[in-house]
Amino acid sequence: MTPTSAAPKVEGEDLAARVQTGTHFMLGDHACAEGALAAGLDFFAGYPITPSTEICERLAHRLPEVGGKFVQMEDELASMAAIIGASVAGARSLTATSGPGFSLMMENVGLAAIMEAPCVIVDVMRASPSTGLPTAVGQADVLQARWGSHGDYGIVAYAPSSPQECFDLAIQALNTADQYRIPTFIMMDEIIGHMTERVVIPPAEDIPFVPRKTPSEPPGEGTFLPFKPDEDLVPPMAHAGQGYRVHFTGLTHDEQGYPRLTAAAHEKLVNRLVDKVRLNAEKIVMYEEYLLDDAETIVISFGCTARSARHAVTLARQEGIKAGLLRLITLWPFPETRIRALLDTGRVKEFVVPEINLGQVRREVERLTQLPVKRVNNPGGAMITPDLIIEVMER
Amino acid sequence: MTQTVLTGEKKTDTHPVDALLRADRLPHILCPGCGIGTAMHCIVHAMAESGIDRDKHVCVSGIGCSGRVAGYIDVDSYHTTHGRAIPFAVGIAVQNPELAVTVVSGDGDLTAIGGNHLIHAARRNIDLNVICINNFNYGMTGGQAGPTTPLNAQSSTTPYGCWDRPFNLPHLAHAVGAPFVARWTVLHVRQLKDAILRAMQKPGFCFIEVISPCPTNYGKFNNIGSGLEEMESYRRRCVVDHDANLADIEIDLGQEDSPIVVGNFIDVDREPFRPILAGPVREEKPHAAWAGLRKTQFVEDKNGPE
Repeated sequence: MTPTSAAPKVEGEDLAARVQTGTHFMLGDHACAEGALAAGLDFFAGYPITPSTEICERLAHRLPEVGGKFVQMEDELASMAAIIGASVAGARSLTATSGPGFSLMMENVGLAAIMEAPCVIVDVMRASPSTGLPTAVGQADVLQARWGSHGDYGIVAYAPSSPQECFDLAIQALNTADQYRIPTFIMMDEIIGHMTERVVIPPAEDIPFVPRKTPSEPPGEGTFLPFKPDEDLVPPMAHAGQGYRVHFTGLTHDEQGYPRLTAAAHEKLVNRLVDKVRLNAEKIVMYEEYLLDDAETIVISFGCTARSARHAVTLARQEGIKAGLLRLITLWPFPETRIRALLDTGRVKEFVVPEINLGQVRREVERLTQLPVKRVNNPGGAMITPDLIIEVMER
Repeated sequence: MTQTVLTGEKKTDTHPVDALLRADRLPHILCPGCGIGTAMHCIVHAMAESGIDRDKHVCVSGIGCSGRVAGYIDVDSYHTTHGRAIPFAVGIAVQNPELAVTVVSGDGDLTAIGGNHLIHAARRNIDLNVICINNFNYGMTGGQAGPTTPLNAQSSTTPYGCWDRPFNLPHLAHAVGAPFVARWTVLHVRQLKDAILRAMQKPGFCFIEVISPCPTNYGKFNNIGSGLEEMESYRRRCVVDHDANLADIEIDLGQEDSPIVVGNFIDVDREPFRPILAGPVREEKPHAAWAGLRKTQFVEDKNGPE
């Protein structure tokens, strides 16, 4: 990330209450909530659902302490609408859910995308489809995060692999949402959400803060075009009540925000919604490499499964298998450039993709290579253990 | 907003509410005889008279003919998704309580797909003015039946007559806790404007049903005739009764001898929604069991075992 300002959004006592600097033994869900608070979360709307409920509970406690607003809504349709409403009124806003609620939120994910209303959706994935195994792990919402609402639009999705990363990526997700004016996702899984581990919360001044761009012209002059992008394809944002008298619509619109119901206007708008993420993908994409330098077998994984994958790679090395791990920190954008560079070395012989779904990330890898892409899957309910991954590597 | 005196002497290119409308978006999409423009006229007049800074007014709409209203009023305005105008507006109103947020949408948007949000926002008494323009059908999509379509009415999805019992919206809004409930028709421009003005000045969830003709998609299939003829029927049939028993004011549009009861039915004081906020006056303390969840911090013992 490239913070445009290190200045935190809040100051004084409020900041001290927001950023609980120190070393904690903390639940992943709680760490996610604390990261959002540290990044200046103003508004949470949500509906309780296992295994994300602890985020909702934590923020019910903590947001009022720091002057933020907590609203428990009647359902996830309303939660998603409310965080967009809060966003256009100037808030850093977030909601948290799991699969069934995530499906409901998809409706207004599209609205957030076309209104360019920054907001964050946390999905703590459980075994699905439908109600599935509500208290057991799943990782099957990967493609839904990218393609879940109808139409084309750009989003960013992060996949934390530890409670520490739940904290760190909550900050990152709020910053990225504001920087690109997009909905961003934190794709946790039940094991990470319900894992308690050491979480180090840094001093407040070390929390990166990337502000939303605001109009350079004052209100009342009638010259501000709310959807006219800068060179980075992102328009500055005017909020409700600031005097710009903006109009935001889910219809295809022009730079003024007025409906413009033509194919040409649609092409211009939708391409920009996609391109502001696509063309910045190299800046946004995040991954971690482990023993990749001479690897012939590349394991690609994320979330809780990446922890097994890392151990599997260590054990495989002891057996003489030249394995390495590419751990996805952003699921979207997918690290295509890095994978292509690995392929260009000519050294890679195969990929192994362990994931708690029936092959969603594997599809992305297969799209990039003709090499064997071996799967290690279950549809949810159980951790993929290191021995299962090694067994597939040896096959 | 300055008061404009209409003298009737001078022809002019302007209209008294021009300044409150996005003139560059006109003409609007509404059909001849439709009542939505009249309702919009009452809304902007109420905005002008409200004494609230125009830049603190916000208009939120859902989808449908009435959903287009937000796009014509020159305040911060948001045209959202079908049924979600109220929760979107909840986000705005809770985030910035200084704003006067008015939701304008149709009967299908607010009471069918958005029905759950309507009842919960009313229950919570969120500070919103909700103006439900009821034209008894889904007009934008060509005249399908909805939850306000009268029994036996013809529509493209009730070709043998509507056999669903319709909502009685004021009764519903009252039952779920709205502290202000009114019903007027677009014939009652002054009463409607005054009711909207009252809603804008009153804290909490204020609900106004506005009965409106849809000659294009409802009237012509139900022997109502043109918009003008429907307005004349309102004049014949409407009974102002502010003290009406709300259970008894169902509308039977097809029965010419059945009255349409209008009025400002409910206007009571009820504490509006207020999110708990930090500050010296705050006395609420979480239960100790929940507060315990917070104690996660520890000091590492640097001399302890590895």
